[in-house]
Amino acid sequence: MSDKSKQSNRQKGDPETTGHSWDGIEEFNNPLPRWWLWTFYACIIWGVLYTIAYPAWPLLKEATPGILGFSTRGEVAADIAAVEAANADIEARLAAADLTAISDDPALSSYATNAGAAVFRTWCAQCHGSGAAGAKGYPNLLDDDWLWGGSIEDIHTTISHGIRNETDLDARWSQMPAFGEILAPEEITSVVQYVRSISGQDHDAGLAGQGQQVFMDNCAACHGDDGTGDRFQGAPNLTDAIWLYGGDVETLTATVTNARFGVMPSWADRLSAAEIAAVASYVHQLGGGE
Amino acid sequence: MWDYAKIAALGLVALAAAIAANFARDLAYQVHAIIILLVAGGLFIWQVRRTDEPKAIPAGEYMDDVVRAGVIATAFWGVVGFAAGTFIAFQLAFPQLNFEWAQGYMNFGKLRPLHTSAVIFAFGGNALLATSFYIVQRTSAVRLWGGNLAWFVFWGYNLFIVLAATGYLLGATQSKEYAEPEWYVDLWLTIVWVAYLLVFLGTIMTRKEKHIYVANWFFLSFIVTIAMLHVVNNLVIPVSIFGARSVQVMAGVQDAMTQWWYGHNAVGFFLTAGFLGMMYYFVPKQAERPIFSYKLSIVHFWALIFLYIWAGPHHLHYTALPDWASTLGMVFSVVLWMPSWGGMINGLMTLSGAWDKLRTDPIIRMMVVSIGFYGMSTFEGPMMSIRAVNSLSHYTDWTIGHVHSGALGWNGMITFGALYFLVPKLWNRERLYSLSAVSWHFWLATIGIVLYASSMWVTGIMEGLMWREVDANGFLVNSFADTVAAKFPMYVVRGLGGVLFLSGAIIMCVNLWLTVTRGTAKQAAPLAQPAE
Repeated sequence: MSDKSKQSNRQKGDPETTGHSWDGIEEFNNPLPRWWLWTFYACIIWGVLYTIAYPAWPLLKEATPGILGFSTRGEVAADIAAVEAANADIEARLAAADLTAISDDPALSSYATNAGAAVFRTWCAQCHGSGAAGAKGYPNLLDDDWLWGGSIEDIHTTISHGIRNETDLDARWSQMPAFGEILAPEEITSVVQYVRSISGQDHDAGLAGQGQQVFMDNCAACHGDDGTGDRFQGAPNLTDAIWLYGGDVETLTATVTNARFGVMPSWADRLSAAEIAAVASYVHQLGGGE
Repeated sequence: MWDYAKIAALGLVALAAAIAANFARDLAYQVHAIIILLVAGGLFIWQVRRTDEPKAIPAGEYMDDVVRAGVIATAFWGVVGFAAGTFIAFQLAFPQLNFEWAQGYMNFGKLRPLHTSAVIFAFGGNALLATSFYIVQRTSAVRLWGGNLAWFVFWGYNLFIVLAATGYLLGATQSKEYAEPEWYVDLWLTIVWVAYLLVFLGTIMTRKEKHIYVANWFFLSFIVTIAMLHVVNNLVIPVSIFGARSVQVMAGVQDAMTQWWYGHNAVGFFLTAGFLGMMYYFVPKQAERPIFSYKLSIVHFWALIFLYIWAGPHHLHYTALPDWASTLGMVFSVVLWMPSWGGMINGLMTLSGAWDKLRTDPIIRMMVVSIGFYGMSTFEGPMMSIRAVNSLSHYTDWTIGHVHSGALGWNGMITFGALYFLVPKLWNRERLYSLSAVSWHFWLATIGIVLYASSMWVTGIMEGLMWREVDANGFLVNSFADTVAAKFPMYVVRGLGGVLFLSGAIIMCVNLWLTVTRGTAKQAAPLAQPAE
């Protein structure tokens, strides 16, 4: 068990040891390596100087502030102030600008697009995607299909107040009924086939025929007789190939049965006027703006 | 008499656990109460059956059964922890691996603390228990103090691990990194830890050597400091004694500061001081050379344990923490650089005169690489604690890479070296079953670590630069999702690094198993003898 018999192999020219041995382990009596010791001292001296220069030692009331007057919050505030000062003129112009006139002013338009892109990446990308292509339930902002309107004013209103939120009285609002409580299952099956027929997808012609009457009685009030939707109520166009939740039979059945209630927050009290104008012009110029 | 007291105590614990299981307010607590009921009930029956039987009192021999158990537990938990880590690495690269059917149990958020606790506390902790028990006996030339108390420490600690791990999966967590277990698990660990301290201290106090060997200084500092950190960081008030939930006593920035005082010193004392204790025994034993410098070991020991305890605030740069605390954390971290390197110098220079063994002995090679990674990460750490560097590195994968070059490189490799050293000795075998398998393990693990660390450097620095990138007007250029998407290839590389590291560990387990089952027994060795 004990390795006492196996002493450390001492070699010729080895320095002296401390004379102890534990389970065969000895220790040389070597001095501290000079470079190690001096680097250690240098670190300590640097440490002392650093704590003189920067806020460091806690005293009774507050800590020593350091002779450089540094503070992390001050540093950030200075960075922000520098950028704000540099952008102050154009920022004021943007906040005051008529939305439709922004695109006529190249300098203002380029600034608004840059600023809007940054706002979008910070606040909007979580739902609409960093490239604005949307996701299931979150509209694609690159195409020209708009639920609530695609003019820069419409976009500006949607961003400012949001959709179906409870925090902003001016939020865009509409509510599709859950037709599962209103229509019989056969009626839902047939109206789904009708919606598939007007959107040019495979469908059962017989069922779709029956569904047409159901559609006229229940859906046309919002989605229009021809199913092209109504922007005033945020009712989607059902005749194109663009679907917010999906155009397959299963999804359409779920949508008709349970309805949808997509919510977007209001940004008016979280973003500045200039930021909202900027992000509205950014979204407007992505491709689908009207 | 003592037996009857044990029977009574076990019976009471089983009864209390049954009551607790009955009144449990949440699933994790109920499952834990049932586990405790089964353990206490089983021990009760076992104790009743052996009461008043004559016991053989072994004397003069080292108590190695518990070390053998610790070695097995280390290897087992190592593979579990590495496998969990590899899996969650791939979960980050391929989110589909957060399976729908396992939501709430096996998603990244549940498995991540399971991984960290399995590698730090289960693998690392059992390695520390086993090696400290082995080393303190040999370097004190005396059997472990306290009779079967060492067994209580081993089984108690592993029960703590089972409670912690099942708790995470069932949602019992106090949401403090590396201190996730809830209040009753913390209380249990406190009892076990005090027993550990008693065994270790008792052995040192009854030692037959005149001086205390340096490895034992490190082990003792590790045990004492972890006790203090554990108690202070887990000051909570339970919502109910029949539930897992609890409320922190400290709030806000005080809580954050306490947490990172704890978190950083878990690294400093658990993963650094404790493992330096291992290094100070196994490196000179395997190299068969004296320690390079006794003076250096004294100076770097005291400097290390004095300085480490102040370094925690560097985890909270640019937060609600006041600037003065952040400065002090940074300064102490930088000054800590040389004391940390003292251990590296003493380890590497101990090999002078034995460098030729690097060619022939893969275990020495493992230890050298381990010390190399120790030196690298104890340089990287102080550097990352500098505020200006931290403003880039904080919250990025660079931190993850840094931790893993320390954990896989230093803690992993030195533990592997220790296991390869210990198994033939503990099971009385001539030699390891296969040295070439050790070589394979060495290369798989080393390449795995290099893939891991370098991929995390790349993504970490890329991510930091992308987060702070602004255009001429001062506007952000990238969205957060862009930075996540950009990291994908490096996430795959990191996962592959994990696969290599895990395969190496599996090869080690097979090799150690075959050493025990197929190896030729060593000629009968003389019994323990106190050193002169």
